[in-house]
Amino acid sequence: MSKRVSTHFSLNERIVFEEGSPGRRAFDLPALDVPHRDIKELIEPELLRAEIPGMPELSEVDVIRHFTRLSTWNYHIDLGLYPLGSCTMKYNPKINERMARLEGFIQAHPYAPAGRIQGSLDIQKTLESCLAEISGMDAVTLQPAAGAHGELTGILMIRAYHESRGNPRKKILIPDSAHGTNPASAAISGYAVESVPSNAQGTVDLAALRKAVNEDVAAIMITNPNTLGIFEAEIGEIALLLHSHGALVYMDGANLNAMMGITRPGDFGIDVLHINLHKTFTTPHGGGGPGAGPVVVKKILEPFLPYPVIGGKTDGTLFFDYDRPQSIGKIKAYNGQFGMHVRALCYILANGPEGLKEVSEVAVLNANYIRAKLKAAFALPYDSPTLHEVVFSDRRQAHHDVHVWDMAKRLMDYGFHPPTVSFPLIVSGAIMIEPTETESKQELDAFIDAMLAIAKEAEEQPEFVKAAPHTTRIGRIDEAGAARRPVLRWKPEE
Amino acid sequence: MRYIPNSAADRQQMLAEAGLASVDSLFSGIPGKLRLRRLLDIPKALTEPELIEYFQARAAKDANASPLFIGAGIYSHYIPIVIDALISRSEFYTAYTPYQAELAQGTLQAIFEFQTYIAQLTGMEVANASLYDGSTGLAEAVLMAHRLAKKDRFLLARTVHPEYRAVVETYAKNLGIGIELIEYTPDGRMDPEKLEAQLQKGGTAAVVVQSPNFFGTLEKTHDICELAHRYEALSIVNVCEAVSLGLLKAPGEDASEKRTADIVVGEAQSFGVPPSFGGPHLGFMATRERFVRQMPGRLVGMGKDYAGRRGFVLTLSTREQHIRREKATSNICTNQSLCALMATIYLAAVGPKGLREVCEQNIAKTAYAGDQIQKETRRRVLFPAPRFNEFVIEYDREQPPAGLSLSRFYPELGHAVLLCVTETARREQIDAMVKGFA
Repeated sequence: MSKRVSTHFSLNERIVFEEGSPGRRAFDLPALDVPHRDIKELIEPELLRAEIPGMPELSEVDVIRHFTRLSTWNYHIDLGLYPLGSCTMKYNPKINERMARLEGFIQAHPYAPAGRIQGSLDIQKTLESCLAEISGMDAVTLQPAAGAHGELTGILMIRAYHESRGNPRKKILIPDSAHGTNPASAAISGYAVESVPSNAQGTVDLAALRKAVNEDVAAIMITNPNTLGIFEAEIGEIALLLHSHGALVYMDGANLNAMMGITRPGDFGIDVLHINLHKTFTTPHGGGGPGAGPVVVKKILEPFLPYPVIGGKTDGTLFFDYDRPQSIGKIKAYNGQFGMHVRALCYILANGPEGLKEVSEVAVLNANYIRAKLKAAFALPYDSPTLHEVVFSDRRQAHHDVHVWDMAKRLMDYGFHPPTVSFPLIVSGAIMIEPTETESKQELDAFIDAMLAIAKEAEEQPEFVKAAPHTTRIGRIDEAGAARRPVLRWKPEE
Repeated sequence: MRYIPNSAADRQQMLAEAGLASVDSLFSGIPGKLRLRRLLDIPKALTEPELIEYFQARAAKDANASPLFIGAGIYSHYIPIVIDALISRSEFYTAYTPYQAELAQGTLQAIFEFQTYIAQLTGMEVANASLYDGSTGLAEAVLMAHRLAKKDRFLLARTVHPEYRAVVETYAKNLGIGIELIEYTPDGRMDPEKLEAQLQKGGTAAVVVQSPNFFGTLEKTHDICELAHRYEALSIVNVCEAVSLGLLKAPGEDASEKRTADIVVGEAQSFGVPPSFGGPHLGFMATRERFVRQMPGRLVGMGKDYAGRRGFVLTLSTREQHIRREKATSNICTNQSLCALMATIYLAAVGPKGLREVCEQNIAKTAYAGDQIQKETRRRVLFPAPRFNEFVIEYDREQPPAGLSLSRFYPELGHAVLLCVTETARREQIDAMVKGFA
């Protein structure tokens, strides 16, 4: 049977502020080896605080048990499949973690003299050249801290490019299937946003786009393959159209996992692209971060990269080059999420050119296998060929008043994390599935069986599905209640 | 390939069951002229032993033979082993964003605990689940104050971390936000008279001050908040050295609300997160309860499930990009969850007494280093005001033997050097550093 959930012990745990007792500690320092000084002599007493109310005191065992128990309440990729469309949750190789924790890397300071940071700079430089080659672009900044931060960086560079030619222009075009961060990034760059509709095949409506493009348009922000998993086959024409009006093409690189070694954004007319290292290049999601969002650009945008860029001297030594007069400035202090850069490079070097291509091939095969097996049970709103992910809708189950959110919760009872739901917005009741290449046929079959079982339950016992999950350590949380009177911190009971 | 389970035979079977002719046919949607007809030109694949050798060789180049005494926003503090032991649990680091609360209570409760710790340490009412880092956090604080005050003028102390100021400029420049800098006095603090003169002109949205500031000097943040409020401006206090909150009066702590900050923002790398060549680090933000709907970033709230059991959930997301798109409070789509967990474990491990001891050792060792410099070398310590774990000394050459030359950030100080001394520096290392300046 496909349900792999069974009962087992699950320890309750209080909030850390309800634990411990005064006098316990899990930490000690060597005795002070310089003369003791009375703090009040060194610092005005008005600048000092008395005590921090509410901070608990714990022993090392208390700390270990508290967080270990919390950890057991999480689903995670090492436990099983995360079929999250657009989020690309694949296995995180263990060697990445070990390499990122090497003492020389974690203790390196970006303001150290160049002679003391050649190893770290070499990692960043090598990663830059790999990302440029994989994407078909010319220059790279590793500075952005996350995908959406990369979007902001890219749009600011587009703005600086147009400004250097005398006019920043007024608006950014964004397909209606885009990630929600796209319009937000454009807006905080000072641009107006104009939505471009999708056609019946689920791709950008070229006729509508022709009408929207004019000399006020700074760029289009396009995701390719788009959020339906469909390759924008007319991307070449779209790029030509934008370029003929002096506008640029920004690509959201969230879906790069579908195309490594298969096709390159730089070869189909993209001018600037951000890459989510935590998606394609296996740096872990960490429960919501840290991410990393390097931006790769064509030559024309290179002068506008955030400073510093990594320069090389004739003797081969590397250095941070701050002398960048046309730069958009700094987008983050220092130069990016270096720990993520080590992990991403480790993954790229573990795969090599053949391996990365194989990654994309298998990711697309796995997604199409799921598509083929589930399309009898779930509605497929767009029938175009899809790559690494597939979007179904809950249309058929909705007849029984079972909606995508209910099925997502029910899937937990079968031992799976739910797929991405309610996105993209152009599909009502969207169920967006992306298995990635790191799932075996057996894991996919178990997931498919669970989905088919839930489709059957939706017809036969809809109320049961709507009350799911039934086996998790807590049931559905009253989110509306939590938002109405938000409790955002612990306070002692009075 | 070791990260791909399906064998050639598995793949053939899957193709057949899906009614597909070949792997290549899966890509029929990509026009032929756009297909890459060669292999990527990247280094060939390495085995695991080769990878280890590759990275170890590079890490060895940067391994510290002796401490560099550089802080400047990134601090070298002792990191208890329990942190690495716990965050190395794949239940934490390989988990996804906790959108599905029933499967993510571990992450959600840990974030709730982080929010509480930050609120306690800053003396503020509410804190968020973390931001990318301190520099982008400060930029977000400026955008938040801009939304709240509906005014365009910001006054920033020139003693705010120069790279943070640069990030604020980048974020602000297309939104009509004007940034004016306030100079420092000879004792190394933001000049209150110059600040007041600018405030008198009116139209100020917020004043931004950092303490300890970039020179390591402690600012009188409560006086500055009071001054800002007197002229109907908001006050933003930036904290790059979060450990200092263990001993210094919290920006949100005072009998009079007029003397407290409206937004406290900063970098919590000091709480158990290694320097790591500049990232990942940990931005935090705290504010008054009444401003919470304008606060960017994720928030975890406590709630109940339908059986009445306590549980945690992401909340107030209507402020965020995935609901309001171009009207969102910010484009942030993530937080630094794992780093926030590191900080939470750090604070649980050190407790209030351990944190205070770290602070006291930092202050004592920094005072010792400053005294020795005056005594053993002819170099003067600039800026006499109280300091935490950094200070500036006069210097005359381009490459200092330790610390960070300030010539790039404050040209008027020539080759003055910013030195940082934390609890990790042993006395003989401090003495050796001092000798280097003789």
